[in-house]
Amino acid sequence: MAKKPLLEFTDKGIYCAQGKFYIDPWKPVDDAVITHAHADHAYVGHKHYLAHYLSKEVLLYRLGEIQLQTVEYGETIMKNGVAISLYPAGHVIGSAQIRVEYKGEVWVVSGDYKVEDDGISTPFEPVQCHHFISECTFGMPVYTWKPQAQIFDDINKWWRTNLHNGLATVLVGYSLGKAQRILQNLDLSNGKVYTHGVIENTNEALRRNGVVLNPTERITQDSVKEEVRKGIIIAPPSSVGTPWMRKFGPYSFGYCSGWMAIRGAKRRRAADRGFILSDHADWDGLISAIDATRCESVYLTHGYTATFTRYLNEIGFDAHEVHTLYGSEEEEASPQPSPEEREPENQGEDINEHAHKILSFGEDLGEAGGTIS
Amino acid sequence: MKAFAQLFLSLDETNKTNEKVKVLKEYFNAVPDTDKMHMLALFTGRKPKRQINSTLVRTWAIEASNIPAWLFEESYHVVGDLAETMALLMPQSDVSSSKTLTEWIAEINNLNDKTEEQKKEWLLASWAMLDNQERFVFNKLLTGSFRVGVSQNLVIKALADISGLEAAVLTHRIMGSWLPETFQFTQLMEEQDAAENISRPYPFFLAYPIQETSEKQKTPDEVGATLGNPADWQAEWKWDGIRAQMIKRDGEIFIWSRGEDLATEKFPELHPFLNALPDGTVIDGEILSFQNGLPMPFNVLQTRIGRKNLSKKILEESPVAVIAYDCLEYKGQDIRAKTQSERRLILEELQAATAYPEVFRISALIKFDTWDELGQIREQSRDMIAEGIMLKRKSAAYQVGRKRGDWWKWKIDPLSVDAVMIYAQKGHGRRADLYTDYTFAVWDGDKLVPFAKAYSGLTDAEINKVDYFIKRNTIEKFGPVRTVKPELVFEIGFEGINKSTRHKSGIALRFPRILRWRQDKPKEEADTLESLKALLGE
Repeated sequence: MAKKPLLEFTDKGIYCAQGKFYIDPWKPVDDAVITHAHADHAYVGHKHYLAHYLSKEVLLYRLGEIQLQTVEYGETIMKNGVAISLYPAGHVIGSAQIRVEYKGEVWVVSGDYKVEDDGISTPFEPVQCHHFISECTFGMPVYTWKPQAQIFDDINKWWRTNLHNGLATVLVGYSLGKAQRILQNLDLSNGKVYTHGVIENTNEALRRNGVVLNPTERITQDSVKEEVRKGIIIAPPSSVGTPWMRKFGPYSFGYCSGWMAIRGAKRRRAADRGFILSDHADWDGLISAIDATRCESVYLTHGYTATFTRYLNEIGFDAHEVHTLYGSEEEEASPQPSPEEREPENQGEDINEHAHKILSFGEDLGEAGGTIS
Repeated sequence: MKAFAQLFLSLDETNKTNEKVKVLKEYFNAVPDTDKMHMLALFTGRKPKRQINSTLVRTWAIEASNIPAWLFEESYHVVGDLAETMALLMPQSDVSSSKTLTEWIAEINNLNDKTEEQKKEWLLASWAMLDNQERFVFNKLLTGSFRVGVSQNLVIKALADISGLEAAVLTHRIMGSWLPETFQFTQLMEEQDAAENISRPYPFFLAYPIQETSEKQKTPDEVGATLGNPADWQAEWKWDGIRAQMIKRDGEIFIWSRGEDLATEKFPELHPFLNALPDGTVIDGEILSFQNGLPMPFNVLQTRIGRKNLSKKILEESPVAVIAYDCLEYKGQDIRAKTQSERRLILEELQAATAYPEVFRISALIKFDTWDELGQIREQSRDMIAEGIMLKRKSAAYQVGRKRGDWWKWKIDPLSVDAVMIYAQKGHGRRADLYTDYTFAVWDGDKLVPFAKAYSGLTDAEINKVDYFIKRNTIEKFGPVRTVKPELVFEIGFEGINKSTRHKSGIALRFPRILRWRQDKPKEEADTLESLKALLGE
């Protein structure tokens, strides 16, 4: 009989029977190792959590009182003889790949990742392994990103043009990850940065965690419209078209997402400007990352799994599409709203209750969900 | 080309009409006149002749992209647009080209007499010197699939703003057939119309639907409340054929379809009566197949539209005639400003004089005194092989385009059937990478028989939900098509139903579309093939 693999795919999540723990489980378990704090990877209801220490405050903010142990990148934790260590995934602040080793057999779970250094998340580090479990949200060759410097150049230019034309500037991106990446790369000589409450809550959690972010100002009922219009507003996707956003009009609204690479998706979003900026690896990034692990086999979890798996097999990888875990290809394109998208006006209030509702994979869903609008 | 590519991008980047007009004006002000005319031609549906067939373009694009053909196809299904897919998949170029739109189009036209090898060499070299966005519009030019998210009206508005000429005048000047190589911008912009183009049609006047959507029917009372005194209105049947404008000038005849296609050769039966008209006559009407003096359903006409050669058999089986309903030019004078009633008298005079009354017919006026009465008459539409009733204000001029107020169409309620979705395919353009094209089936005993495809009628939110369902309930995949677990029921509306030997179900629908998603209905309660066939009316 074949030896049981160290990690297996179960209906609760990725499971290590030897170590008796799960990675990013979506049903309540005793022991959960979490790649990052996005809602589709960090669910509420587990007895014990292990995550990177930069995820700490965001996890507490999103999940409430949980029993959480945090570690540094590269630090090793032993569970029933299985060595667990976290390596930077470059996806968002605190995101990690999970390396699991037992008797010389090494598995790595990528979580979500990107290979470009965004200047704020610890840059992605390839980790050699025998078996690599990878995402492939953008596993189609039509998705190739330009260096972010070029994108932010466009964003800053657009902001200046709006100022010149008397338009307010609203830039939309996800509250954990995209929002901070935008914030750190804006040309602050243009003006001040104002944030939607949902985003500012995440910023505050990160600051409590010791992350140094550029100054921001939370938009409240007392904010002076004319002042806000002179700066730039960072808002979550849920705020698009709401009265909250309209009161700053006339404005130009930009959308930052990898899906903006396709004209159709861009038109669906009906943004004034679509900026192709993603926290996921593009086609070349995925292939180079997988190649760098020198893995014997690779398992593709979410994204264009069928296509990407077939291609990897053609170019000589031993690739497997994992159906059981996240369903079929393109599951990301779920119309289930991310927490932000559920409650358009939940600025400032406790977000915990949203997290109690079971979400399918992908807060980044929002990003992943090219079809949400 | 850079300016043209940027124009495309800028138009994509705004949804506001004023912004779009501004962008168009900036383009017109920035480029040479020849580019302006080429852009105008492209934006009004005058695409350049395809010089390389799209299979070859695709093959060479796959080569240039250095990926397997199947992956190219998969990418195409994700992107939903061939030109864009090719642009995205090719490696970034490191050189750049300053050729204008005019120069590129000239190069494309020069391919005419080139060998396949020469074409390939030219194409690969061209791709290599264009950036992503340029490549996208270039591919659009090349494959002749040029659709922009900008209506002709906006382009005209921008030109009108620049020139100070009336939009209606400009609309008329760019009607019909002209070539951007010979029609000059200065000619277009002249105070007095300088172009001598005897084939040029007038812009069509289009009716507005009196019921805003096909789901909201209006009662005769409501129609009356909108339109006022019945005596102010002229009523006719709304014929279901091909809208056409027929021109006789300087001894020559021209037949234009609504899509501004010159269709003179497609309808030889009409030539004798047109040739017999006095010079300087333009008639607006509907071309239909007739047999024994009665109009035939649209599908009869449809069989001959697509044909390149009209065989004797086709001409015998579906002979056409015109039902004329307006006269736009008489004795060489543009009479569009005259009232509906005045134009009608002229039309009647012309028709009375024809020696071909079987072919040159006139749209009969429906007599009615009250809206109620007209509402009753409207119920007979299907028996008349009509789509409903047209209402024209007697005092109105013949206007340009779709205008509210003086021409209304009061269509009959669509027929409808509840059907189960069984196949789905991804859409294109705005609906790329979303399952939006569905095949529907009705029950034949305990089997579901597909009978119609439809891809419009749902809201964006509904599309997202249905897409979500499809991705989780796929039974099989055949290329881009998915077999979906039969579960969702939709009400399908259609205008008519006919026998068909080409379809498994034995029937073909006219204009099928989704009226609503019947989330309240289990699939067992969908309609049967039998009930559909009963509508055939035999």
